[in-house]
Amino acid sequence: MDLSEKLAVLADAAKYDASCSSSGTEKRNSLKGGLGSTEGSGICHAYAPDGRCISLLKILLTNACLFDCVYCINRASSNVRRARFTPEEVVTLTLDFYKRNYIEGLFLSSGIIRSPDYTMEQVTRVARLLRVEHGFRGYIHLKTIPDADPDLLAEAGRWADRLSINVELPSAEGLKRLAPEKDATGIRHAMAGLRTRIDAARGAAKDARGARPPRFAPAGQSTQMIIGADGADDARVLGTSHGLYGDYRLKRVYYSAYSPIPDASSLLPPAAPPLVREHRLYQADWLLRFYGFSVAEILAGGEAGMLDLAIDPKLAWALKHRAIFPLDVNRADREMLLRVPGLGAKTVGRILAARRFRAIRMEDLARLRVPTAKLKPFLVTADHRPRLGLLDSTDLRRLIAPATSFAAATQPSLFDA
Amino acid sequence: MPDAISVVLDEPADLAGWRDAARALLRARVPPGSVTWSVAGDHADLFGAASPLPPPIAAAPAVPRQFLHLAERAIQHGDPARFARLYDVLWRIAAGQRRLMEDPADPTIAALNVMVKSVRRDAHKMHAFVRFRAAADNRFVAWFEPEHHIVAAEAGFFVRRFAALRWSILTPRACAHWDGTAVLLTPGARREDAPAEDATEDLWRIYFAGIFNPARLKPGAMMSEMPKKYWKNLPEAQAIPRMIAEAPGRVRAMIDRGATPPAAKRQAMTRWRPQADGGVS
Repeated sequence: MDLSEKLAVLADAAKYDASCSSSGTEKRNSLKGGLGSTEGSGICHAYAPDGRCISLLKILLTNACLFDCVYCINRASSNVRRARFTPEEVVTLTLDFYKRNYIEGLFLSSGIIRSPDYTMEQVTRVARLLRVEHGFRGYIHLKTIPDADPDLLAEAGRWADRLSINVELPSAEGLKRLAPEKDATGIRHAMAGLRTRIDAARGAAKDARGARPPRFAPAGQSTQMIIGADGADDARVLGTSHGLYGDYRLKRVYYSAYSPIPDASSLLPPAAPPLVREHRLYQADWLLRFYGFSVAEILAGGEAGMLDLAIDPKLAWALKHRAIFPLDVNRADREMLLRVPGLGAKTVGRILAARRFRAIRMEDLARLRVPTAKLKPFLVTADHRPRLGLLDSTDLRRLIAPATSFAAATQPSLFDA
Repeated sequence: MPDAISVVLDEPADLAGWRDAARALLRARVPPGSVTWSVAGDHADLFGAASPLPPPIAAAPAVPRQFLHLAERAIQHGDPARFARLYDVLWRIAAGQRRLMEDPADPTIAALNVMVKSVRRDAHKMHAFVRFRAAADNRFVAWFEPEHHIVAAEAGFFVRRFAALRWSILTPRACAHWDGTAVLLTPGARREDAPAEDATEDLWRIYFAGIFNPARLKPGAMMSEMPKKYWKNLPEAQAIPRMIAEAPGRVRAMIDRGATPPAAKRQAMTRWRPQADGGVS
């Protein structure tokens, strides 16, 4: 099999992992040698027609695998064509792509072959070759294998910017049923181990005088949860995320709508991926991390443990808490303004700055580029007050929803696009 | 009102030149409405030659640092109104609106903020979408078409990243070249001045096609981040129309096929015991 055939197979095998981020690591450049740089914010070098960012060369070292995870195209019992890169081939591809500015770096994962230790050693070897032999200073994300020897994980963290272990499913029961070889407790244990090392390296770097202490995954750890493969509702998903952010200080939890694969198992027949649900979960995740919402508050916007698919979770929350509104944009504090549908953290900052100079009017809001149509029912400005009863009216949702929903109100069928 | 004063800057993003002129105008108390700004070579016949700057009658005012940050980016914008907007803000600060920079709802500040945002986006897209091609003498050469005057300012990003390589970024209005020690800026070039292809692009296209999931087709989301105007300089973009067209059929085939029976020869199950690499190459 030649290199281009391997690349076709091993890129195809990697596409179900959603994380492709290259952000949040230390600053590096190649002014004193080596190749590459990282400057904090990630860069998406291309977008595929699925709308996803292509930042890293995201491939598997091999798609051969001993595990038989039902949702995975690479599971042991799948009929998919198998391939395997040598570590040197991955190094060459990464450098050739990087020099032409196609990518920020490498995201390397692998099917489990021989043993977790052997596989982890192979994956780590690629990163070591890039860093040591070739002075590569771009971004490296390694998928880590929970059962691998802690010394191997320590070495992986030395070369990688980010490490990740996928929890795969929101619940331990789901994992047991669909990924029999994986062990939820072991995954948590490994995440805790990574957190300890990441925190220790960060603390040591802060206290260091003179020589720099060894680095360990400066861009932290992340994970992925598959949505819609098991029966978990949004309450379960968000509760799990909340726990993961708190317990292991994850940088990101990625949500990946279970997507039909070419060689599906009879336990999980192919169906349309729940893309809108995935989108709403990302929005909810954002509210959780940056807007001071609790899981319970977010869920209060939906029904029976599920988010409202038709409108975003912040609007859904506001519609169920109409008594709080309208807020006076000239008097409300930051925390309350962050609860207004359509106001982001940046715009709230600008509103607070602008109102020191004047009483804010609708035209000022328009100048700050906020979606005024969406805001109108919820805000009082110097020249606007929502008409009496509007907030109580039963069709408020209908009045604003069409203008605001990014995704179609209902899950589009697979063949609409 | 005195006769209009015409200021002609040397370069489109000539911050130092603009600053010198603005300082002299302020010291001569020339109000914003009495100045026309242009760049040498652009519409020279429209505005005529530069006017001599009037003599100073006041001291130069202190300029807040925030203003300089704003000006540094705004001056790279393609809209000729940038020079006058910046001078308007400076004039009002000098006239006593000391905290003007802190007011994001001021119409001129808001307009300049929009310009800065557009320049930043353009710079970010340049970092993302420049595609180098291997050329003779181990050089890497790219052809790129930015919206604003950002080439000189963004050359540093490529130096920090590719200091060990020798490269050129060619654009219609300006080019940047790196020889390992210094950046050389030269006038605009033509697309034909860059190599027409690079063998590695075949692999890159294979990757681009392979990483795409046809069951998640969302061309709108792709287009908002990678607008069509960039496609002609992206080697991977040629394949996009075909990928979009084939996606529904690929997904329908997956659904129609339904579940498949497990492979007759399952991957070896000797789980933890080391073994030779059989079957997989």
